[in-house]
Order: sequence, then structure tokens, then C-alpha cells
Amino acid sequence: MTVLGWAEIALFSLLVILVTRPVGGLLARVADNSRAMRVPVLGSIERGLYRAAGVDPATEQGWVAYAAAMLTFKLACFLAVYGILRLQAWLPLNPDGQGAVPPDLAYNTAISFLTNTNWQFYGGETTMSYFSQMVALAVQNFTSAAAGIAVALAFIRGFSRRSASSIGNFWADLVRVVLYGLLPICIVYALFLVWQGVPETFHGAINVTTLEGVKQTIALGPVASQEAIKMLGTNGGGFFNANSAHPFENPTALTNFIEALSIFVFGAGLTNAFGRMVGDERQGWAVFAAMGLLFLAGVAAIYAIESGPNPILTALHVSPVMGNMEGKEVRFGMAGTAIFSTATTDASCGAVDAMFESFLPLGGMVPMLNIMLGEIIYGGVGSGLYGFLMFAIVAVFVAGLMVGRTPEYLGKKIEAREVKMTMLAILCLPLVMLGFTALAVVLPVATSQISAAGPHGFSEALYAYVSAAGNNGSAFAGLSGNTFWDITMGIGMMIGRFFVIVPALAIAGSLAAKKTVPASSGTFPTTGPLFVGLVVGVILIVGGLVFFPALALGPIVEHLAMLAGTTY
Amino acid sequence: MKHLRPALVMLLGLTLLTGIAYPLLITGVAQFAFPSQANGSLVMRDGKPVGSALIGQNFTSPGYFHGRPSATTATLANGKTVAAPYNADNSTGSNLGPTSKALRDRVAADVKKLEAENPGRPIPADLVTTSGSGLDPDISPAAAEFQVPRIAAVRHLDPATLRRLVASHIVGRTFGLLGAPHVNVLKLNLALDRLAGRPGGT
Repeated sequence: MTVLGWAEIALFSLLVILVTRPVGGLLARVADNSRAMRVPVLGSIERGLYRAAGVDPATEQGWVAYAAAMLTFKLACFLAVYGILRLQAWLPLNPDGQGAVPPDLAYNTAISFLTNTNWQFYGGETTMSYFSQMVALAVQNFTSAAAGIAVALAFIRGFSRRSASSIGNFWADLVRVVLYGLLPICIVYALFLVWQGVPETFHGAINVTTLEGVKQTIALGPVASQEAIKMLGTNGGGFFNANSAHPFENPTALTNFIEALSIFVFGAGLTNAFGRMVGDERQGWAVFAAMGLLFLAGVAAIYAIESGPNPILTALHVSPVMGNMEGKEVRFGMAGTAIFSTATTDASCGAVDAMFESFLPLGGMVPMLNIMLGEIIYGGVGSGLYGFLMFAIVAVFVAGLMVGRTPEYLGKKIEAREVKMTMLAILCLPLVMLGFTALAVVLPVATSQISAAGPHGFSEALYAYVSAAGNNGSAFAGLSGNTFWDITMGIGMMIGRFFVIVPALAIAGSLAAKKTVPASSGTFPTTGPLFVGLVVGVILIVGGLVFFPALALGPIVEHLAMLAGTTY
Repeated sequence: MKHLRPALVMLLGLTLLTGIAYPLLITGVAQFAFPSQANGSLVMRDGKPVGSALIGQNFTSPGYFHGRPSATTATLANGKTVAAPYNADNSTGSNLGPTSKALRDRVAADVKKLEAENPGRPIPADLVTTSGSGLDPDISPAAAEFQVPRIAAVRHLDPATLRRLVASHIVGRTFGLLGAPHVNVLKLNLALDRLAGRPGGT
């Protein structure tokens, strides 16, 4: 650990604060579909899309119709991605001659990208044609991110509206978030990445002869355009197998810093959009503060732990100065790696600039724990905010129980229906994560794919299902896929996405229909430190404690084994 | 199924926009404005590409600075997977966990070789650990300096001159803050060849 490292973390935190208001303002304008955006070119594209689709953006939907529109769209996405991956050998833009993707892998990948998970049981440069990367996968990066933000906007409308029967129009939200939010930023961002060294070409892999006279084949592609949305949309699916550790995805310390920042841009911005839409920006900053505290705890933990050496290697006379370097790149530095690793799992991004499988036991536990908490620390674009607000609902419910008063949040009475839906969304995650892990560590068809022995092997399986159900997509990547893992993780990803989104929309519909009760002296204020502390407590207890026994079996046991010098 | 038409039209429209128009636009501008970076930052010597400035190479001859160990592999025609360090067509880390016996054995073997080459000096961690990508183009300044005695002996160069060469190739933190100081191994070796007046690969 160095002073400069901590300063880099401080600068990062400051920049997250600085981007929050401008992005929040942009999103609040995008969400207000009563006013057309007067933007040249994009405005006419927006109107053209509505005309072709037969959609009137001013006609709003109730929560059932909103959810049905989103699910229909997702079904179409699934079929399109699956079809393209199966047929890529016959489609254009395949200079390296990639063959068809096998059925179970195509199924897993299609679900992975449409749920914003971007788990990858394949190596990009050895599996996917440029056409598949662009037309199948990058499109899902845009639309799954936009759908997540759309649901968050609908959720906020539940709080901001009174006695309303509708929560917005899914098609309008989807199109406007892509056109005015993601796309313009991506254009600038992608060009920045190219300037720093990220390739953007349709040329196939090139062969060079190295200084020692050996042939080296270097995979290329239209990387920068995909990298930008992969980070900004918290998707995380790498163009290359090594993801953002690959120098062509993440060539410099500056790109590493900006890529990590871009993970948080929309998640943090949404807290401010939330505040603006409910008419009190302080409500948004309270949410931001709770998220920020959890981020700082995570980044400090990873930085402190990974800056220390692996004692097993120190015993072999390896210098302890650089810390645990297995699976890490030199150029990012330990603080840069810690920032990236924390951000990617605080949000549901899942891009990695270092291999989590090779982190020290407790260092690797932090990303896992971040995902287990529900990825509500700024979070996946959209999913972070509605996930967090569900914890806020539990927090005001708990506070209400303590004083024996009907809980309220932002003037809305929180009643049995909202709490039930919230608990459904919150509890389905540990059920999937722990249930499938239990299955995978006893079935030979599953254990045969686990690369590590001893407690680390358990961590590897646990991480996979935590990542799938959390829609994160990062991995203890020693795990290799087969039909069992493809299918069970596909199910986990779908449950993790839609068993949270649909209850979230149901809560939004139910809240929108309620009247607003005026604040009184008995109202629990939701802008102060007491509220922030209470939500953080609820997140740690409700979200985290359920996983403690599993963590004890994996990372914690392994840590003790490492200190004793045991290897497996 | 009143949602079917909007679902199909929106998917098609957004595909044309974000899956085709957007990457084409970025490619067009990038090829015009940043042609070198957009095509992989190739490094030329005598008019021929000898590698990418961003992608590490598997330096093994004693007269060159070596990069970090690399865990990348290649698949042979018969379907077998073999070690192929710095295979830039199949990036990967080792994915060995901290208590892995395979990791300890690999590091122990590498340490033994390095200790023979430069006895009594602590081994910089990056010289015995694989990177996340398997393609790390850089090593730490300490790792470069560690190799100076070997190269000086093989190339019959003054160690002090080599140390100055290394020092002039150290890239510091961006804005004095971001990342870690590092040395690009390919660029360092190209400069080494110029300094020695001949290639050292054979």
C-alpha cells in the first residue's frame, strides 16, 4: 500500500461524486417523456422507430403491460442471439473462420447477454466472429443496459406519482435511454479508447515475426466500440478471453481508471435522477452515501489484502514488495486493480482487469461478497437502484416495526404487498446461489469441471452461481463449462434477472396507485445519517449474513490453510 | 400479442443502430484519426512488423530482457492443449488459486533458475507470476534491473550502461498518480539491440 495508491482511490471517489449530478440530470430528462428531446438526427431516429413499431410513446402502460413488453422484447433478443451464434459460420464478417457455437453454449451465452450478466463460457477470440460480437452481443450490451435503466425509471415513477395507474412506456424508455444516454457517450468513449491503443478494425488476426524469430498471431477486431458499451452498460462481456486484463481491451493505467469509472457513471447518476424525480435531491444523495460507504469498505479491503504477498510464495524467497501479482497486470498497479475489481462487483459489470481466481482467499471473498449483497453499490445500470430501493423498503419496514407505526417511504405507505414482493426479490437470490452450489459440489458431472482442489474448488463453484444469479459475469475462471453448467447457470441468470425485475415492477405499480401522505413529525426522515446507517445495516444483515456459512467453507477456511502453508 | 410487433421492430432498429451503424462509425473515424492504434499498435523494424507495442512476447534467449511467465495455451490439430506462452490468439491467466500446489511448484522452479542467475537478490514478484492476460507487455523496473547482470555478461556490455538504458525506459505513473511504474519489454529489447549494434535473439 502506498500514499499514491490511496490518493488514486480518493481521486476516483471524487470523480464518482462529480459525475453524479450531470448524469442524473440527463436521465431525469430522458425519463420525462412528456417532452420530446430536441436533438438533431437522434430525434428523427426516435420518431422513426416509434412509427415503424406502431408505438405511441405518450400512451403509458400499467406495470403488467410494462413487464409484458419487456419480457416479449427479451424473448425476441434470445431468439436473435441464439440464431446468430448458431449460424455465424455462414454469416459475414468472420475473417478468422469461427465455426458455429454449440447449442448449449449458444443458449448460455444468449441468456447471459440479454440478462446483462455476460458470463462467458467461451474465449472471445477463439469462438466469436466479428459479426456475432457486433450484431448479436454488442446490441444486447446496449439493450439489456437500457432495459435495466428503464425498469429503474419505472420504479422511481412508482414513488413520484400519486394515484396513477401507469408507470411509463417501456418502448419509449428503452429507445430514449439508448439514443440519448448510452449511444452518445459511447461514441466519445470508444474514440478515447482507440486513442489509448484499443484496436478498432475489421481486419482479421495478424501474424508477426518476433525479435526471436518466432511467429506470433495477434487477434484483433472492432474492440473499442464494444469495450465502451461493455463498461458503460455494466455488461462486462469481454471481446477477448482475458477481458479487461487484455492489453487490447485496457492498454493503460488511464484506460483502467476510466473504465472503472464508467462502470459507476449510470448507477451513480441514477441516484440523482431518483432524487430529482421524487422532488428532493437529498433523497438521492442519501442513497448515494449508503452506496459510497459500502464501496469504500470494499475497495479498501481489496487494496489492503492484495497488496500483501502470498505467504506460500514468500517462503520460496519471492519478494513480498509488489503484493500478490499472480493473475494481475503490472501497468495498472495494485490500487488501480483494487478500484476496478471493487467497481465491477459492486455493480453487476463483471469485467475484470485481474483474475479473481488468483486473488488471495480473503481478497477474492470481497468481490464475491459485493455480488452477494445484491450489487446495489451504485450497482448494475438500473438494477442497482431498484435493488437498493428494495433494501430501503425493508429498512423503513424494520424502522416502522421498531416504533409500531405504518412505515412510509417518500410519502408512500409501505404495506404487506410491497414488503412481500421485496422479500421475494431479495430471497430468490440466495436460494439460487446456494441451492445450485450445493448441487454442483456433489454431482460428479459438475465437479469434473472445477479446476481447483481443496476449499478453493468450493469457492470456484460458489462464485459461479453467485455471479450468475447476481447477473455479474465475473468468475473464478478456472471453471470450464459443460452442458450441466451451461444449463443450470442459464436458469440462475434468468431467475436472478426476472425474479427481481417483475416484483420490482409490481411494487412500482402498487406504489404509483397510492396516495401520498404528507410528512408529519412522526415520519422517519430518509435523508439523514440514521437512515443511511439503517439501510447499510439491513443490507449487511439481510443480504450478507445468509451467505456467511458458505463463505466460511470457502475463502475463510482457505485463508487459514494458506497461513499454515498448506497447498492442494 | 400486441407487444410482438414493437419487440421485433425495436430489436431490428436498435440492431441496425448499435450493432452496425455504431461500430462502422467508430471504425471509420478511428482508422482515419488513429490508424496506428486502431490496427493494433504494431512496432516495425526494417519495414517489417516485429510485434505490437501492447502485446508481450515470449523472450527466452539469455541476451534479451524476459517478460513475465505466461499461462496462455494453444490447441493442436489433434485437439490437445499445450503450453504456448504469449499466444496473442488465446489470452488467459493461469487461474491458479493462492493455495494451489501447481502454483507453488511452478514458482519454486522459476525462483531456482533466477537465483542461479543473480544470487542473493530478492526475486521481484512479477518475474515469477503470470499476468491476467498472459500477454502483459510490461515488467516492473525492479524486474528489469534484476536481469541486467545476465544480459551484461551475455552481450558483453557494461552493466552501468544497461542500467541507464532500463532507467530511460521506465514509464511512470500517469499524471504521477495512476497505475504503477513499468518497463515495456519489447521496446526495451529493441533499444538493447540498437545499443549492442546487433540482434540478440540467436
